[in-house]
Amino acid sequence: MAINPKKNEMPVQEAKERARNFKEVALGYTPEIAVAEAQRCLNCKNKPCVNGCPVNIQIPDFITKVKEGDFEGAYQVISQSSSLPAVCGRVCPQETQCESKCTLGIKFEPVGIGRLERFVADWHNQNNHGEIELPKPNGHRVAVVGSGPSGLTCAGDLAKKGYKVTIFEALHLAGGVLVYGIPEFRLPKTIVQKEVETLKKYGVEVETNVVVGKTITIDELFEDGYEAVFVGSGAGLPRFMGIPGESLKGVYSANEFLTRSNLMKAYKDDSQTPILRGKNVAVVGGGNVAMDAARTALRLGADNVYIVYRRSMDELPARKEEVEHAQEEGIKFEILRNPVELIGYNNPDDRRDPKNGSVVGMKVIKCELGEPDEKGRRRPVEVPGSEYVIDVDCVIMSIGTSPNPLIKNTTAGLEVNRHGGIIVEEETGKTSKEGVYAGGDAVTGAATVILAMGAGKTAAKAIDEYLSKKHAK
Amino acid sequence: MYKIVKKRVLNPTVTMMDILAPMVAKKAQAGQFIILRVDEDGERIPLTVAGYDRAAGTVKIIFQIVGGTTMRLSAKEEGEYICDFVGPLGCATHTDGIKKVCIVGGGVGCAIALPVAQRFKELGCEVHSIIGFRNKDLLILEDEFKACSDKLTVMTDDGSYGRQGVVTVPLKEEIEAGEKFDEVITIGPLIMMKFVVATTKPYNIPTTVSMNPIMIDGTGMCGGCRLTVGGQTKFACVDGPDFNGFEVDFDEAMSRASAYAEFEQRERDKCCNLFKKEVK
Repeated sequence: MAINPKKNEMPVQEAKERARNFKEVALGYTPEIAVAEAQRCLNCKNKPCVNGCPVNIQIPDFITKVKEGDFEGAYQVISQSSSLPAVCGRVCPQETQCESKCTLGIKFEPVGIGRLERFVADWHNQNNHGEIELPKPNGHRVAVVGSGPSGLTCAGDLAKKGYKVTIFEALHLAGGVLVYGIPEFRLPKTIVQKEVETLKKYGVEVETNVVVGKTITIDELFEDGYEAVFVGSGAGLPRFMGIPGESLKGVYSANEFLTRSNLMKAYKDDSQTPILRGKNVAVVGGGNVAMDAARTALRLGADNVYIVYRRSMDELPARKEEVEHAQEEGIKFEILRNPVELIGYNNPDDRRDPKNGSVVGMKVIKCELGEPDEKGRRRPVEVPGSEYVIDVDCVIMSIGTSPNPLIKNTTAGLEVNRHGGIIVEEETGKTSKEGVYAGGDAVTGAATVILAMGAGKTAAKAIDEYLSKKHAK
Repeated sequence: MYKIVKKRVLNPTVTMMDILAPMVAKKAQAGQFIILRVDEDGERIPLTVAGYDRAAGTVKIIFQIVGGTTMRLSAKEEGEYICDFVGPLGCATHTDGIKKVCIVGGGVGCAIALPVAQRFKELGCEVHSIIGFRNKDLLILEDEFKACSDKLTVMTDDGSYGRQGVVTVPLKEEIEAGEKFDEVITIGPLIMMKFVVATTKPYNIPTTVSMNPIMIDGTGMCGGCRLTVGGQTKFACVDGPDFNGFEVDFDEAMSRASAYAEFEQRERDKCCNLFKKEVK
């Protein structure tokens, strides 16, 4: 049988329709499409795809199970390596990871590994309600700070080894960026809650409303009897550009805008949390978060949503699928543009005019691509005199974050780098403080869900080795 | 879930509650704040700590009804529960090197000023307090302030109680009369704090203001609470809520505080209708 040169398409909600609702965009493979896609896998001996996966899922093994129609078997293969398959199948940048290494991809389109992973996880969640096998408790307690992807992964791996794990979460709901950052239309929150529930079945406790560094310190966690601590507290403070007008009404950080919509459900009409529903919205930045913010603004009823990015389409750091989806939905890409000023409304005749102080325009300057920087990305160079104003009533700054100082400031002996990221040994996640491990954005600065999961996994293994050695003495 | 162990109505729009939250009570200090949600699907709102009892594990909050959330909260009774209560957040009020202090509170801001005044009293400082209200009916915590102040001045806008006028009048009088304050600490409406700063600046008396901007997470993640202080962007939740009053851009803070005025009005009306129906 000849190999289909193209990936089987995943059914999606039609662009025009989905641009106005918060339901999930991609609908997922049917069992028939999944089997057909699995049959494209060459099952090659050297398995390059596995090396492309930050948590080393045994990809050809699970795809073989799919081929055989043994979807639960496929799930079991994935779950040996990943605690959050339904999440990763949706949000991983597969095109730069597993799928970029696929042998089939040399000649044709690579196997749709991400789509298959998503299918398998969803199939399991819908069809398997069997009891899980509980590990034998080993009597040791580990604290995990933050319930985002790194914390959930670390907690899951340790719980499966018999540790008594407690996750401390600052917000009122577990999930971290998976619940406050990534929108419902890309990652339904029921999926995240399901993954958290699975962890709870393994005996993981989740304590919400605890801000480590404020409510309790890391040293106090040790005093309370935890023998190791994993810090996966996330990236933290949003960055702003430092241009005039960033404090005008209607200017948000992407974190604030997305938190209002996702965590606080401000997109629902009866929400108690307000959100500005702009008509002309500019999102500054080109990453996944910027795409999420832009597509959320569109769904909140905007007429025009612009991505303002200082490099070209080729340099956009966002996942390819997100950019394509955004384009299909009608997001306008103002590329090679850099904001220089935000302009506010000011009624000189009435200083009590409620519109005063609201953003009404964004002055941008055109850019050209110059010499590559140290990372090899071509540097944007501003074209003098090319400024013009875009009419906007909402601006969302999505230009990254800097680490949160709360833990660093209250933990003696925990070293951070000049950016404020926690310094760790890469192979283990070990920090400068004994018994404390860290991973995810708190270490690297803003990165991806799967890299954070990989770090959580690495740390879980190292914590197990550390405590095993300690108790063997 | 967090239990309301005590509730006291201080005036028609201001309510005091003791909330059972032992982990927060253990750490809370004057000047810090908490964030709460009344119910599932509720909004997160910051409230400054108005007191704490470490032994009983309770934290005192005092709030004014301004929107839907505070109205829902005020409708809760003793023995009932609220959904979420997290803290203590922000930095405590600094007290180092202060021997003589003037605390200037306005309206419900007096609720937050009180634990600060009490803290200075505990440390053996000379405490002068000036508290201002619109009228006699809105007066709160007079006895408590009396107990921790070496000198207390009560002002009302309409003269229905204490002296008539704004808080800056007696503040200026005391300064002119030669009182040497190491620091003035002011907590209240933005416009009041702006004028307190304008009063103390000519005499160059260090002045701390307590900012209470719109917030969501309270841990530095959203940046919604940003302020311009000394030309730099600061986050009230992690860098504050106390700031050097001489450096705060009050006009910007006032503009930002009005961002959801329309929404708040609508929510308040919605809630009024709701509770009228229920109470009937």
